[in-house]
Amino acid sequence: MFNLRDYGSNIWDNSGRLKRMLIVLVAIALAISAPFLGGTWLNTPIASYESVLVFPIAMYVLMALGLNIVIGKSGLLDLGYVAFFAIGAYTMGFLGTTTSLNTWEILPIGIGLAMLSGLILGIPALKLRGDYLAIITLGFGEIVRIVALNSSKTGGANGIQDIPTPPSIFGIYYSFDSHRYFYWTMLVLILVTIWMIRRLSIRRAGRAWESIRQDEDAAELMGVATFKYKIWAFVLGASVGGGAGVIYASKTLFISPDNFTLQVSITILACVVFGGMGNIWGVILGAIVLGYLPDRIRFISEARLLVFGLALVFMMNLRPDGILPRKKREKLLVVGDKK
Amino acid sequence: MFNSFIDQFWTLTFSGIALGFIYVLIALGYTLVYGVLRMINFANSEIFMYGTFATVVVTRDLFNYSQQSDPETGAKLWLVLLVCLIASMLTSGLVAVFVEFVAYRRQRAKGTNRLAPLISAIGISIVLSESMRLLTDSRPVGSPRVMEKSSLGNFFGANIRLDNVIIIIAGAVIYFALNTFVKRSRLGKGIRAVSMNEETATLMGVNLNGIISITFLFGGLMTGAASFFYTLKYENTGFNIGFSLGIAAFTAAVLGGIGNIKGAFYGGLVLGLLETYAASILGTQWKSVTVFVILVLVLYFRPNGILGEALQKTRA
Repeated sequence: MFNLRDYGSNIWDNSGRLKRMLIVLVAIALAISAPFLGGTWLNTPIASYESVLVFPIAMYVLMALGLNIVIGKSGLLDLGYVAFFAIGAYTMGFLGTTTSLNTWEILPIGIGLAMLSGLILGIPALKLRGDYLAIITLGFGEIVRIVALNSSKTGGANGIQDIPTPPSIFGIYYSFDSHRYFYWTMLVLILVTIWMIRRLSIRRAGRAWESIRQDEDAAELMGVATFKYKIWAFVLGASVGGGAGVIYASKTLFISPDNFTLQVSITILACVVFGGMGNIWGVILGAIVLGYLPDRIRFISEARLLVFGLALVFMMNLRPDGILPRKKREKLLVVGDKK
Repeated sequence: MFNSFIDQFWTLTFSGIALGFIYVLIALGYTLVYGVLRMINFANSEIFMYGTFATVVVTRDLFNYSQQSDPETGAKLWLVLLVCLIASMLTSGLVAVFVEFVAYRRQRAKGTNRLAPLISAIGISIVLSESMRLLTDSRPVGSPRVMEKSSLGNFFGANIRLDNVIIIIAGAVIYFALNTFVKRSRLGKGIRAVSMNEETATLMGVNLNGIISITFLFGGLMTGAASFFYTLKYENTGFNIGFSLGIAAFTAAVLGGIGNIKGAFYGGLVLGLLETYAASILGTQWKSVTVFVILVLVLYFRPNGILGEALQKTRA
């Protein structure tokens, strides 16, 4: 079968340094100019094209990339990813309204807290096998939401209002409806995340994750410190989720526990699986499709989650590896054999 | 806080055991499927939810009860309850078989991607709960009151309510029936064989797909019985009740050792009691947090559950 992913990666592998730089520059330029490329025909019934570009699309892409480190790269099933998103968002909400810190100062704090909670959750949870891990993380996501719902510090069910927007930086002035600037801010985070994943993937950590995903026991026997690298994957994934949460809170100005339900975790998981686990481009494509379509098809408004569920079932029956599955690395390994 | 807990200790205990039996039956749904497939049936909570609606539909539309109608007594009451129980069990059982057919069968045959069946199970559970949400206009549905929840007397100051008595007795009967079925019958032997070793069982002439369907069917039947008891005890349902109960029952299954039928029994009872006590001491809003904390602690200190998993390894 024709494999678009392998086709694309062949082009990449066969290009020289200059051509690669050119491809990267064109891709980045396209991403930067995205707000100008679309038109009103891309508006969804509830929001303009530019605002859809920030949320959900860019937000989903960022979170899906973060979750991809955990699920796609290392094969750890995390169903509570929303917890890190919520921790980032509540850090922004709480510190932004009670202290004089601004978004850029809170961003590292939010990321740090998300990483810390990833560590705290990861140490007991990552000793367990896939299905148990799924349930534990799912429970953790719910605990965070319930604590936010029942604690007075977080405003309970009312959430936190009047969260400040980011202060101006490089002469860019942020306001509630400056979607374009938020999009570019998100784009910076996305590019940093992609860069981080790509660098790590070709190094020791990436190889360790790959081996853990394929066979954890074998990896451990070969001397890979599986627990350490699983924790790393978890914490890095959490950091991306936390960063997305901080920006989200300072974009929407208002957060409440309703923003952080299990459904968010599942949607992001679906983005990763739908696009193709482990492959950055597949994940981005999945996040764009799943971020955009449910809003776009709001004309069948009531049934859109139903359609979403059906899409997941059909997709898993037809292409269990996603639209753009990961490159078949195994193929490269048999070249030396008699084949 | 503690005073009211001590005052009500026996009432809470009694009600907790009844809740525990509901958990036991749902946990059996998880445990049976896990024992055979080594996979969590993520749609089990929706299977439960459909069972509760079966009871509502039977009492409301078949027997024409409403929430204002007089409670039934005598032989008619037992007939109505029995019909509801059977309807719930069958509905849940059929939904479970459907879930297996749609979400698990093809992925299992391909056997490439371990996450694929899980995602399709999540997908089918979204489909099931969303279609019910559309049917019920996102509103909770009250169940007609068929039975007067009369008190049968006091025991250590505990109020022994009829519905709890029914749940405990019927729950125990159903549990032992299932246990005997798995231990003694030919099909039960097939289920045990597949859960020990799928390949060898197939080589010995066990019809793998058939056994897996049967397992889902029986898991669904157990879950359906639980959903009838739930509706009897709490008299309401809604498209989203499955989630929290499903998680709690899964915790119960893990607590006892998932894949282990006895484990589901003890785990369910322990969790029912703990949750009722916790709700009384800490307040109901922390009930589900208690469940999760118990789950995390159990998995951390005894990943095989209290009684041990049927499967020996918890890390694959």
